[in-house]
Amino acid sequence: MRLNGIRLSHRKNTENCATVEAACPERVVISMSQHIGAPAEPTVKAGDEVRVGTVIGNADTNMTCPIHSSVSGRVTGLGSLLLPNGKTCKTVEIEADGLQTPDEGLSPPVITDKASLAAAVRASGCCGMGGAGFPTHVKLAFDEKKTHIDTLIINAAECEPYITSDHREMMENSDGMINGMKLIREVLGIERVCIGIEENKPAAIKLFRQKLSHEKGFEVLKLRSSYPQGAEKVIAYNATGRVIGEGRLTSDYGIIVLNASTVGMINSYAETGMPFVARRVTIDGDAVGKPCNIRAPIGTPVIDLLNAAETDTENMKRLIAGGPMMGISLYDPTLPLLKTTNAFLAFLHEAEEAKPSPCIRCGRCIEACPLGLMPREFEHAYDKQDRERLNRLKINLCMNCGSCTYVCPAKRPLAEKNQLAKGFAMSPR
Amino acid sequence: MKQYTVSPSPHLRSGASTQLIMLHVIIATVPAMAASAIFFGWRALTLVAFCALTSMIWERLCRLIMKRPDSTDDLSALVTGILLAFNLPVTLPIWCAAIGTFAAIVITKQLFGGIGHNFANPAIVGRIVLMLSFTGRMTEWVIPNGLDAVSSATPLVTGTASYFDLFIGRCGGCLGETSAAALLAGGIYLVAVKVITPHAPLAFIGTVYALSAITGRDPIYQILSGGLMLGAIFMATDYVTTPITKKGRVIFGIGCGIITCVIRFKCNAPEGVSYSILLMNIVTPYIDMFTRKKAFGGRYRRDKKEAAQ
Repeated sequence: MRLNGIRLSHRKNTENCATVEAACPERVVISMSQHIGAPAEPTVKAGDEVRVGTVIGNADTNMTCPIHSSVSGRVTGLGSLLLPNGKTCKTVEIEADGLQTPDEGLSPPVITDKASLAAAVRASGCCGMGGAGFPTHVKLAFDEKKTHIDTLIINAAECEPYITSDHREMMENSDGMINGMKLIREVLGIERVCIGIEENKPAAIKLFRQKLSHEKGFEVLKLRSSYPQGAEKVIAYNATGRVIGEGRLTSDYGIIVLNASTVGMINSYAETGMPFVARRVTIDGDAVGKPCNIRAPIGTPVIDLLNAAETDTENMKRLIAGGPMMGISLYDPTLPLLKTTNAFLAFLHEAEEAKPSPCIRCGRCIEACPLGLMPREFEHAYDKQDRERLNRLKINLCMNCGSCTYVCPAKRPLAEKNQLAKGFAMSPR
Repeated sequence: MKQYTVSPSPHLRSGASTQLIMLHVIIATVPAMAASAIFFGWRALTLVAFCALTSMIWERLCRLIMKRPDSTDDLSALVTGILLAFNLPVTLPIWCAAIGTFAAIVITKQLFGGIGHNFANPAIVGRIVLMLSFTGRMTEWVIPNGLDAVSSATPLVTGTASYFDLFIGRCGGCLGETSAAALLAGGIYLVAVKVITPHAPLAFIGTVYALSAITGRDPIYQILSGGLMLGAIFMATDYVTTPITKKGRVIFGIGCGIITCVIRFKCNAPEGVSYSILLMNIVTPYIDMFTRKKAFGGRYRRDKKEAAQ
């Protein structure tokens, strides 16, 4: 069985743009909510001196990981910020001294077994760097006695148009990625490591095939270029043939899926002890004069990155964090870079106001849904406020990939409705 | 600082539109239109144009009276008009055709809520209304015979046309249904531009072929004559009135095939294609109900029981 997918134009304009280092920003605003899960609490106060890698936020809950200062300088205050996803979070504002002095306390972790690996990953502040942002240590927190992980999948599909940050990670940090894979493989005793790369990145496929030709248990999987190839359930199925059941984790099926940049990050922490303080983002879109990949400290204002890429910020009308399919549009260009942001796209035109016409039952949304859901039926059930039916139709499985809205000839906002319906169906009566 | 208008994802949309889909269907009817002009003369094209025009007028007027926004720009009324004309004999008076388009557009489509809400194919209902109201005029077939048209029964009744004549359409019948070749060309076009899937037409034609062969009739003759090709390619693939999943479409096609054969072989009616499609239109919601797709990785009640065992 082949899962449904849609063909998008790739627009990987920046695939050959080597990463440039961003100039150290004067001031960073670091959100205490960097990923899905619980937000962290600030552990510093105004006036504190911080260095690169100093812990500035943490929480005791499982679904969170520490947040580190991305610059050296002085904390100017604690604030709050309306994130583009609609949530308000606490922030730590730091004035940078421009020296980028690393914290003296940083040292490479000692990793000997699963528990120390999970602890090190948590301490590194690592979360999924592909967009969804699941705290990585939670993926490693399975019960060893019950589950045996036999497959590690490195998700390098990067199926969204424009984004090339994972592609650049593969081209520039292939050895680091391979070391990271080897580390996780040895610690967890994994048999098979599978690097899933979409066929629109032949250079990366060739490079990894070359580098891994003498290694046993490593496999480079060439994936069809179809959206959303990089969705966790989709890539897990395409790599192993295992169907991840509703409400289950991939580790229940012996699989761990890590994003390409995430595994590079884990390795750099294991080698240097420098936690997650900076990341690569793709800057592209028709308002951008010089599309590029740029490595910037977490918390850098978007506007700094846009200016570095010679963006026409005067005429820019639309700004998206992430890809054009699942990215969130930003209301303000001064918002900070988050750990999960892999791209900023700036466009000269506002979103065209689609005028929805009646559904003509063409069935394209059903043919497009990678998870075999029926978006049209969701819409009907939601309009009738039929909770039972929404649950029967498995609204909870919708991952908001947006394929249904993309293909709809009647221009109906199906993905948007799905999210409303999901919230409605899951809310208590 | 300047703030931007935000919008929900996805921020990209494909170029597909209802209008474009209808335009593709209109393009697909061109070969059959041309064939009708060749075999039945200019009056065929006049009738097609008249039906298309009146359909648009009815749609416009109806929306105006119902105080709803105009919907003629989606071109679906044009498609209905053309397909209804394809179901008429070339000799039909134009006032009859206007009644047909009224039944199709106003009664079947707009009174049920307009595009997307009609339960039956408007063109099929238009044809059936005319067939029951003006049976004599609706069965006045002409055989293309050089310049003179000669009245005759359809080849489905006489059973005497050659395969070649049936295939290219040199035989009596409604103006758009006779040329299997032209209809197939349109069907292949629609599949190629991904407007339709071949499931329903293949199931429909295949079922008629199989049942004809089983009951000792000439299967090729059965599939080439009458309105089967027109019905299977252009009517049984109408999005609104046929099942939404591929599996459902196959069931729909098989159902149409069975009903067509029963009417053709056992009933006193000259043709069963339109009735079969109408009847299957009515059961479409039930087919949809029983052919719901199962979600990838979805756990249903039955699965839970199995898991518990």
